[in-house]
Amino acid sequence: MTDTEIEAAFRREAGSALATLIRLLGDFDLAEDSLQDAFAGALKAWRRSGPPDHPRAWLIRAARNRAVDQLRRRVRLNAKTPMLTIDAALALPEITDDDDDIAGDDTLRLIFTCCHPALAMEARVALTLRTVCGLATPSIARAFLVSEETMAQRLVRAKAKIKAARVPYRVPPPELLEERLEGVLAVIYLVFTEDYAGIDGGDRGLADEAIRLARLVGGLMPGQAGVEGLLALMLLQDARRPARTDADGGIVRLEDQDRSLWDRGKIAEGVRLVETALARPGRPNSYAIQAAIAALHGQAARFEATDWPQIAGLYEVLLRVHPSAVIELNHAVAVSMVDGPTRALNLIDSLNARGGLTGYHLLHAARAEMLRRLERNDEAAEAFRRALSLAPTEAERRFLRGRLAGLGAAPLVPNPNQI
Amino acid sequence: MQYLLLIYIAESEERMGDPAEHAAYGAFTQDIVQKGQFKAGDALQPVATATTVRVRDGKTLTTDGPFAETREQLGGYYLIEAKDLDEATGIAARIPGAKRGSIEVRPVRVLS
Repeated sequence: MTDTEIEAAFRREAGSALATLIRLLGDFDLAEDSLQDAFAGALKAWRRSGPPDHPRAWLIRAARNRAVDQLRRRVRLNAKTPMLTIDAALALPEITDDDDDIAGDDTLRLIFTCCHPALAMEARVALTLRTVCGLATPSIARAFLVSEETMAQRLVRAKAKIKAARVPYRVPPPELLEERLEGVLAVIYLVFTEDYAGIDGGDRGLADEAIRLARLVGGLMPGQAGVEGLLALMLLQDARRPARTDADGGIVRLEDQDRSLWDRGKIAEGVRLVETALARPGRPNSYAIQAAIAALHGQAARFEATDWPQIAGLYEVLLRVHPSAVIELNHAVAVSMVDGPTRALNLIDSLNARGGLTGYHLLHAARAEMLRRLERNDEAAEAFRRALSLAPTEAERRFLRGRLAGLGAAPLVPNPNQI
Repeated sequence: MQYLLLIYIAESEERMGDPAEHAAYGAFTQDIVQKGQFKAGDALQPVATATTVRVRDGKTLTTDGPFAETREQLGGYYLIEAKDLDEATGIAARIPGAKRGSIEVRPVRVLS
């Protein structure tokens, strides 16, 4: 067995092995360290005689032995370490076969613990990527544009809080499940959107990790409309990724995208999942409704063939289930495709007057598009400039400069790259 | 494991004199006593009665008022026994003051 194969096998099993070890040892750091040691052992042993029949059980057993050694050493150095911990580790049941149920339960425990509401959102995201997805700390740091040191600190603090405040290592009981699952989905979607928005050098892999996480949770907790809806939403958005940027990394609008580049397999899977999610009893889930909107875009053969009345209607449903100013803005854009720009401009202006989105570049960009369609070009240019001054990424600024140039107006906001 | 539940509430909204609020606290306290979760608990006098003490270079400095002016003030506390943070936050959420103020949940450090 080559080292690459061993590494691949390790990566496949590491997440659930770590999840089980944390349960057995009650300590994130001890579990991580001993699993790393076990991997070093695996490299030696598997290179020689090939992989064992049950790699996960092998890794857990090897790591447990390392942990026991480690605890014994601590006792020798510091008599205060409670003997109980060692006794508990020594009394671990033999892991003889590949029990997928136990591995699955432990993985869910790990996910719910990493996404516990007692941790700050950024800590939940970091911890999930580090432990559940097995990403290295430097990769996570790069994806979130912070230094390696900052990310390492964030992980240390999160683990310390879990330990000190005794965040339970479990799948939440029924009365907490709905709320906690929402929290898990929020973390997964944030991982996904971090990639989606990060055209300025974002880590492409994060969207794939988010989709993988949603599949994992969906497999372990079947029948949850929220999980199905979120997975559908991400697949449908991800399907359009190849068409969303041009060769220079510039933004291509939905109406200008080459639809032959869309990933038909992802769209088909997304559509199937949306239908399943929306058929579940109870209030429609907000991810599922957003996915239904994305599905209508995905199924339109041409931009002109988009079912805008249904999309506008779905946004109205979404606003009832999950009121938000950003959704109101999207609704207004859909309305412009059904009833024309005048009504949409009224909606956007009243949204702007309420103040919540005044600093949001897309509000001003949408307003500019409506004014342009009404041939009020001076006001449109003004709104594009406002959007340009607020846009967070260079790709978006470049796009907006292009729109502004299309009006025959020069940007008054200087291009930061030319300074 | 023990947790200290610190009840922060804007004193202008303080309704400890309110009989309904008083009864709600009584019922809550009785309930956690019966469940064996209660270790200690008290209501505090208003923050206007607070005095802050600091020792610097061996000198004791005594000043009027709380250590920091905040929108919500510490109005009382419970010390409870809970098996984990979920149980502790569950108990904290049932404190009558949680509806208007905030409850800070702090694990008590175990000295080994």
